[in-house]
Amino acid sequence: MLRTRNLTKVYRTGEVEVHALRGVDLELRPGELVVLLGPSGSGKSTLLNILGGLDTATSGEAWFEDHDLTREDDKELTRYRREHVGFVFQFYNLIPSLTALENVELVTEISTRPMEPARALELVGLRERINHFPAQLSGGEQQRVAIARAIAKQPDVLLCDEPTGALDSETGIIVLEAIENIHRELGTTTVLITHNAIIAEMADRVLVLGDGRVQQERRNESRRPARELSW
Amino acid sequence: MKLQALRPLDRKLLRDLWHIRGQVLAIGLVIASGVGLLVMSLTAIEALEETATAYYERYQFAEVFARVKRAPEHLSARIAAIDGVQYVQMRVVRSAVLDIPGFEEPVLGQLVSVPEHGEPILNRLALREGRYPRLGATDEAVISEPFAEAHRLGPGGRLRAIINGHWRELQVVGIALSPEYVYTIGPGALMPDDLRYGVVWMGHEALQAAFDLDGAFNDVTLGLLRGTDPETVVDRLDELLDRYGSVGAYARKDQLSNWFLMNEIQQLRTMSSFLPTIFLAVAAFLTNMVLARLITVERSEIGLLKAFGYGNARIAWHYVKLVLVIGVVGILLGWFAGYWLGLYNTTMYAEFYRFPFLLYRPGPGSFGIAAAASLASALLGAITAVRRATALPPAEVMRPPSPPMFRRSRLARLRLTHLIDQPTRIVLRQAGRWPLRSFVTSAGIAMSVAVLVISMQWLDAITHIVDVYFLQAQGQDLTVGLVEARSSDAARGLSRLPGVLSVEPMRAVPAKLRAGPREEREAVRGLPAHQQLHRVYDAEGRAVDLPPAGLVISTMLAQLLEVRPGDEVTIEVLEGRRPVVRVPVVATFETYIGSPAYMEIGALNRLMQEPPSVNAVHMRVDPTEQAALFRRLKQIPQVGAVTLRSAAVDTFHETMAKTILIYVSFFIVFAGTLAFGVTYNAARIALSERGRELATLRVLGFSRREISYILVGEIGVLTFLALPLGVACGYLLARWLVHAFETELYRVPFIVAPDTYGWALLGGFLATTASVLLVRRRLDRLDLIAVLKTRE
Repeated sequence: MLRTRNLTKVYRTGEVEVHALRGVDLELRPGELVVLLGPSGSGKSTLLNILGGLDTATSGEAWFEDHDLTREDDKELTRYRREHVGFVFQFYNLIPSLTALENVELVTEISTRPMEPARALELVGLRERINHFPAQLSGGEQQRVAIARAIAKQPDVLLCDEPTGALDSETGIIVLEAIENIHRELGTTTVLITHNAIIAEMADRVLVLGDGRVQQERRNESRRPARELSW
Repeated sequence: MKLQALRPLDRKLLRDLWHIRGQVLAIGLVIASGVGLLVMSLTAIEALEETATAYYERYQFAEVFARVKRAPEHLSARIAAIDGVQYVQMRVVRSAVLDIPGFEEPVLGQLVSVPEHGEPILNRLALREGRYPRLGATDEAVISEPFAEAHRLGPGGRLRAIINGHWRELQVVGIALSPEYVYTIGPGALMPDDLRYGVVWMGHEALQAAFDLDGAFNDVTLGLLRGTDPETVVDRLDELLDRYGSVGAYARKDQLSNWFLMNEIQQLRTMSSFLPTIFLAVAAFLTNMVLARLITVERSEIGLLKAFGYGNARIAWHYVKLVLVIGVVGILLGWFAGYWLGLYNTTMYAEFYRFPFLLYRPGPGSFGIAAAASLASALLGAITAVRRATALPPAEVMRPPSPPMFRRSRLARLRLTHLIDQPTRIVLRQAGRWPLRSFVTSAGIAMSVAVLVISMQWLDAITHIVDVYFLQAQGQDLTVGLVEARSSDAARGLSRLPGVLSVEPMRAVPAKLRAGPREEREAVRGLPAHQQLHRVYDAEGRAVDLPPAGLVISTMLAQLLEVRPGDEVTIEVLEGRRPVVRVPVVATFETYIGSPAYMEIGALNRLMQEPPSVNAVHMRVDPTEQAALFRRLKQIPQVGAVTLRSAAVDTFHETMAKTILIYVSFFIVFAGTLAFGVTYNAARIALSERGRELATLRVLGFSRREISYILVGEIGVLTFLALPLGVACGYLLARWLVHAFETELYRVPFIVAPDTYGWALLGGFLATTASVLLVRRRLDRLDLIAVLKTRE
């Protein structure tokens, strides 16, 4: 479904060149839950950004089905994000002037085959709080709204960038449960970035990134349920 | 200066300023507009006052004036004996028809005598070229400079004049200006017309002889001792001159040329106190808005500084310095613009108000006042924002601000919201979240629309005046004034001239109108009951028929005399048998110019105890025979003046095109600056507050156009609210201004054409659109990745 070949990315800031990716080969299969594990600076966010159509590669290829993401212009990438990708961010990025339900509707209004916004919130266990504004929700609740918002369009791939990074472990686990639940119910291909090795245990497959390369790839024999994790 | 040489905080200041340079410039421009307007009007006031004072002093402009029919020269000793009188200058002043070679129309000249030996003691001429007339040279004349320029006459040039019924060939020996004719305006005209009206100075004895005034004079002007009240002298002079056919003495403040000049200065004063205030108030608000946002963004830095031990005063001073820089940018731009506009303005005045020299050397005062006012307004705007920065405890400021609290509006509870998509909800909630800020932004845009309305309203008013005063009320093509009242046969005689289609008589007599203790000097004009040519029109455009007896007076005169229809006024006629009679006021009518009084011409002649007579004739003329008519009119000694309606209308439009249109274009620029400054800042702040939100939406798959809608939408909503508000403010301000500029001589009607509102709205809309588009371009450069990684 998503695959890359020899993907590289070089950032130039002034006179400094940063090699964020040094040739990444990767393939994501439909319905997989993949965790990208690595310390900061390992290139995992850069990879996610390219997969999500937010950034362009310096060389190599990145394909979503038959779209070559490295060759598409801004307009095509926008359409790709709009139709195929769901994003969850570390800092939730909800729109403060919209309620939970409205934040979800924001996305369903522009997608081609959305689910009922209320059902999306139900999937993350927020049925009761759909009319609350972000300022009235806890961090974990806000992140679950963000997950509902990401999956309400029924994306082909769900990309989560450190979704628990700003949360304590207890709340983080509730959020991971929500992601797990979605993955089970909808079968959405899910990529989750983290520097927390424990979270990797809930994945089908774990890719360990370091120094801009995939340094290790392993498959979990059995996935551990999120509620059993702790850190 | 090296950046490194500065303290770290000052380096931060410079970088902050550089970062928000667009906004600094936008506020700077609004301040500059206010400062510019203030400097322009203050320096113009200063220049006009200084020039007038110096001119009046240097050329001994008289302080009291009186005109009589004929008074003996020995009376001067008694006039000189009036308390406070320092100088007495007896003169001969008459009007005459002039014939300028190469100019078809008859020209009206004001003949004024000057002594043939030495300069006059009062109202000295500022000779621009040539010399005074010599003793015994009865055909030598000095002519006024604008008149000379209009006809390209110089020393050695020739013109002809009908003096006391005889054609006289005059030789121009000098070109001059006089403090008495700074503003030269012919009788009945609204604007100076240098082609058709000019001042001609001739030797005193020559004019005495020409007008059979040997040993006599018909005009006297007085210089007073310092500290003398001119009004008491006027009263004493009136007593002395009454029996010599005086139409009443008057002080310098009522002298026509001076009155116009002083009135102009007064209007500049009104403007200087009013318009800059709008701009500076908006600048104060913008400063507040930008600074408040900057302080919100820099919360953690402020906390850090406090944690390092920087005191509140240091932090406050840091932000005050930032505001001072913004203020100084605006002040410098404004000074520059103001100096230039003031010079331009004053030079423009010098075309209508003719001075031999122009003192445009603005002192530091005007610049100082403008600078102080704008710094004060900017600092006033900064107070609350700075106070908020210093009030926060360090720990508090280190924490990121919690997401702003939104509430569902009542509208939402009505379940109407399902009709509105989410981006529109973002727009509406954002505008409603900070109602005060939204309101003031709207008000700022509204003010720019209002400024456009009030500046363009002048054009509407003038078009209306021309329409009512010249086009509807004046059906005549030209008016022939007679030297003296003649029997109505004269009108019939004129009607037989070539090209004359119809004639209508008019009789005007100088008079004092009294009601109780109030007295006004005003000519009573007699016209036929139902006028065909020169119609009495009220402001609504209705023709007023004159009743067989009684007065019909303008509302301005009624107001001055405090009378109403049905009341009686005493008319004291100042010529002929000088009858004094009581006459009822039958009706009043509204007019924009002067404070006229009318009577049916037959009734007026009966009141004068005279047979039917006229002293002016209005005519309709066949244009193909106009030239022949002019040639004949110039040959008739009784003709004292010929005025053409079309010439008056043309001059009016020409003058307007030269002045008002230019001012209107200035104001359009200023109003544009205002709208731009407000919207640009509002949009930049919206972008700063919601850049993260908009980037998130981009990541979620919204296109650039869709997120632009949200940014532009908020400004759009505020503009949408601002436009009708601007029209309403414009309407009210224009009304108030019209009232503030009202004088006894003329009133600007309160007329706003629908087009004006349309143009003002379009102007406001274009200025906001331009600034929003400028900000919108930044959306293309939103960093989608950074926004995901950072907390606000």
